[in-house]
Amino acid sequence: MKRALFFLPLVLFAVLALYLGFGLTRDPQHVPSALIDRPVPAFDLPAVAGVERPGLSSAMLAREVSLVNVFASWCPPCRIEHPILMRMSREGDVPIYGINYKDKAPDAARWLAELGNPYRAIGWDFENRVAVDWGVYGAPETFVVDRHGKIRHRHVGAITPDVLDRTLMPLVKRLRSEP
Amino acid sequence: MRYVLALLACLFAGPAAAVLPHEMLADPALEARARALGQELRCLVCQNQPIDDSNAPLAADLRRLVRERILAGDGDTAVLAYITQRYGDYVLLKPPVRVDTYLLWYGPFAILAFAAAGAFVYLRRRRPEARPAAAPLTADEEKRLAALLDDGGPR
Repeated sequence: MKRALFFLPLVLFAVLALYLGFGLTRDPQHVPSALIDRPVPAFDLPAVAGVERPGLSSAMLAREVSLVNVFASWCPPCRIEHPILMRMSREGDVPIYGINYKDKAPDAARWLAELGNPYRAIGWDFENRVAVDWGVYGAPETFVVDRHGKIRHRHVGAITPDVLDRTLMPLVKRLRSEP
Repeated sequence: MRYVLALLACLFAGPAAAVLPHEMLADPALEARARALGQELRCLVCQNQPIDDSNAPLAADLRRLVRERILAGDGDTAVLAYITQRYGDYVLLKPPVRVDTYLLWYGPFAILAFAAAGAFVYLRRRRPEARPAAAPLTADEEKRLAALLDDGGPR
């Protein structure tokens, strides 16, 4: 018994070291979303001038499982993930909606004309009125919304093929099978 | 001396706030409230900087949001609740005291109490109460002692 007590501080230290060591492996830039399992905030954004897509409102997101992608022409990682969004829209995997984040309309229009437009509808959020309600803190961010218009997942940063195949698409499939 | 003064001046220089003149509220009392709240909210882009000190565009958006809520008549806690609803507890530089944060807030004190209790028990055990009292001198030893004291001892 006495011997066990003697080792207690060492054990406590080991537990603390493991716990803090695990903390070091986590990415501090990855902030969990406060909106998981909550309905998308009510909004109605206008279309981007010069882009042939309607604007985006919360009502449009309550029909089927969809992705909402926050993007901007000034954001380099958005350019990286763009080909993946294009491929998804070509293959019709899942509807993608866009929120154009703090972007000048002509810049966004030029960007989409040059790289292609994977979005069904795009809301123009030049003043960060709506994205702030979604808890967006940078672009790109991608939300998975279920058929009831509830936010179920947020991905921060560019969508890579790995993220798509291992996280987003399996989740979309699972949400589709939900009632 | 001049260098010492310059160094002292550096020491007391406050951090420059990033709040821009056009962002400020006309009412100084409301602006003061906004500043106090701005020091409590984390800028999520340059983490560990409050939104008032950050030049990130998102920080400017949050400063605007705080001022809009204040103008809408929200109290300080309501403004903070409004922001945390969107950005989570992480946006607060001072985490709230709740059941799930008790370990964070009181854990260090618990560890300190634990260590103090351990140290107390350890020191108590080492106390020399068990040591036998010194035996009284024998008659022979008394005589030798008296002799030594009498002649001042051997030099």
